[in-house]
Amino acid sequence: MEIKALIFKLAEKYGRKRENLIPILQGVVQEERYISDEAMVEIARQLDISAAQVYGTCTFYSFLNTKPKGKYIIRVCETIVCDMRGKKEVISTLEDLLKIKIGETTHNKRFSLLKTECLGWCHKGPVMLVNDEVYTELTPEKIRNIIAKYKENIN
Amino acid sequence: MTDTVKIKIDGIEVKLEKNASILDAAKQLNIKIPTLCHHEDLCVAGNCRVCVVEQEGVHNLVPSCSTPALDGMIIHTMTPKVRKARKDLIALLVSEHNTQCTTCYRSKNCELQDLAAEYNIDNEVYLSVLKPSKVDRSSWSIEKDDSKCIRCQRCVRTCAELQHVNALDVAYRGKDMKISTFMDLHMNEVVCVNCGQCIIHCPTGALTERRYYDNIWDAIGDPKKHVIINTAPSVRVALGETLGFPVGTRVTKKMVTALKKIGFDAVLDTDFAADVTILEEGHELLHRLKRVFVDKEKVSLPMITSCSPGWVKFIEHMYPNYLSHLSTCKSPQQMFGALAKTYYAKKKGIDPKDIVSVAGMPCSAKKYEANRPEMKSSGYNDVDAGLTTREIGHMIKETGVDFLSLEETEFDSLMGESSGAGVIFGATGGVMEAALRTVYEVVTGREVPFKNLNITPVRGLKGVKEATIKIENCVPAFSFLEGVELKIAIAHGLINARIVMDQVEKGTSPYHFIEIMACPGGCIGGGGQPIPTNCEIRQKRIDAIYEEDANMPVRKSHEVKEVQELYRDFLKEPLGQKSHHLLHTKYTKRNRY
Repeated sequence: MEIKALIFKLAEKYGRKRENLIPILQGVVQEERYISDEAMVEIARQLDISAAQVYGTCTFYSFLNTKPKGKYIIRVCETIVCDMRGKKEVISTLEDLLKIKIGETTHNKRFSLLKTECLGWCHKGPVMLVNDEVYTELTPEKIRNIIAKYKENIN
Repeated sequence: MTDTVKIKIDGIEVKLEKNASILDAAKQLNIKIPTLCHHEDLCVAGNCRVCVVEQEGVHNLVPSCSTPALDGMIIHTMTPKVRKARKDLIALLVSEHNTQCTTCYRSKNCELQDLAAEYNIDNEVYLSVLKPSKVDRSSWSIEKDDSKCIRCQRCVRTCAELQHVNALDVAYRGKDMKISTFMDLHMNEVVCVNCGQCIIHCPTGALTERRYYDNIWDAIGDPKKHVIINTAPSVRVALGETLGFPVGTRVTKKMVTALKKIGFDAVLDTDFAADVTILEEGHELLHRLKRVFVDKEKVSLPMITSCSPGWVKFIEHMYPNYLSHLSTCKSPQQMFGALAKTYYAKKKGIDPKDIVSVAGMPCSAKKYEANRPEMKSSGYNDVDAGLTTREIGHMIKETGVDFLSLEETEFDSLMGESSGAGVIFGATGGVMEAALRTVYEVVTGREVPFKNLNITPVRGLKGVKEATIKIENCVPAFSFLEGVELKIAIAHGLINARIVMDQVEKGTSPYHFIEIMACPGGCIGGGGQPIPTNCEIRQKRIDAIYEEDANMPVRKSHEVKEVQELYRDFLKEPLGQKSHHLLHTKYTKRNRY
């Protein structure tokens, strides 16, 4: 769907008040995986607020991406408990499997690799998210299987 | 429920209105609590925490600015715990701050520097965690240096609450949080209107005006250049503040002396151009009214003033379809510039290419205005540089003269005479009052029906003011206005401009003529004025402006001899061909996003 039409639809659905900004932004991320400059301007126009305000909100929340991302966004918990339980190995395994570094996206736009704050699964660390799915008690072996599963989805 | 509460601060009981804060209570008792993010003009933010105090029975310290005073509270403002907390907070702010104070423009006028000194902050407590950043000098008017930002968000609140522009907002989070434009674009690429209200609300040197005084010193040092300056009405009632006079002191003639000592070849008066503006704008209004009432044409009414370059850029961004409502008159600064390099040059026998025309302004947007591409109607840059009141203060300090004891000098002639009507341009409602003094007299042959020419309904700090003036017993040429009730409105601060513009947009505006100034209080509260500026200070500067007006021998623009001479020898008539070329302009539609 064209971005303007999408935002119009979301504004109709959620309303055009300041407090409707976040659901609209989430709606855009769901469809487009990120919020482009163009989208921010269009949202500002629809809500009659300034583009700087939309940008401020987008950059505050780490789940509101402002850069293009892959189809599967992997977020590794970087907080202290997961760190103690092997976060480093999780990251190095993922970097090795996907041939990208933290913060990057694969050439085929399938995977993006990010770090995140606490996901609330400290008792089962280390953990990561792939889009909305949580994976716990990660080991290199487990990670290889998970990534293989997502890679298979290509076909 | 009573409407007052009683609390005890440092052992003294104080009675307060309900909803007052602990900080308000302390102020009432003259107890000083340090603040940084707090500003009287803005909503409470409570983010800097330096105003913390101890409340009996509460474990944590409470911020006094955002804690309401409740009946029976017992507050201590200066315990060891409070002092230690404040000192730590200030030290943490300093650790993130670019502390090269010796090279900072705001040195000795910086709230963080003052607090660091008061609380004896040394750098050994916390290591510096200053992040590298680049100074944004893209705008003609405003310089943004994030290394000096303490993220108090006064600028963000100013841009939102006072101006409703929202060019600046908070971006990112936690340690990465910063004050940012949309997509962190340069200041010249966003909707910023250059009003500079963020500058005068910034506690540090993070937001300052672009400075051009070094170029002026160079020009003054060049014997081939004829360097002239014209000073705006509100500079003379505020400049003293930067040089040791109390707020509201009129320093007009001392300022002239000081500027001569700096080396300007002529010190002239923007008020002269303000008087010319009144003749042009007044006749433009009458011309529009005639086309409506006599020719039955469709003409854009209300007509809106165009003296404030912040307001002009605001309407270009926010209401681009209503530019025809703006008066085509240039602002006094630009009229002055265009006349300086034509009329003045000719009369003085100076080649205009050797004239450097400087404008001393209470404004940062004037710097942008001087650089608008259309402002070259003399064939040169009509205005070579705009300086703020603060920059002029700095230049005077650099000369080392003792401003307080300077003798008094009159403005130079040719473009130095003016009326009280020109002076009051500096206060909100002033352009309207000046215009009415002339227009009413042109139409009826009589003075405005107000005691001592003081049109009090248009004065004061109310956000939107309105008045109606009935026109009766017209001279024959204006008989079409017989019995017309002229409806006028005045708005200052762009949030109030929105109120009257929304009416215009909806087609419900009942007015014929509207004055709009970008800054709260008008030019006396401009973004180039001394810091601090707040409600009390604005009022004192306004009082000084009206005092200056009352003391002028000539109070009406059309009675100024040098203005009459200008029309006789050069322009011929208001709205004439020469005026059209030199004194009127056009506007540009801009994007809101």
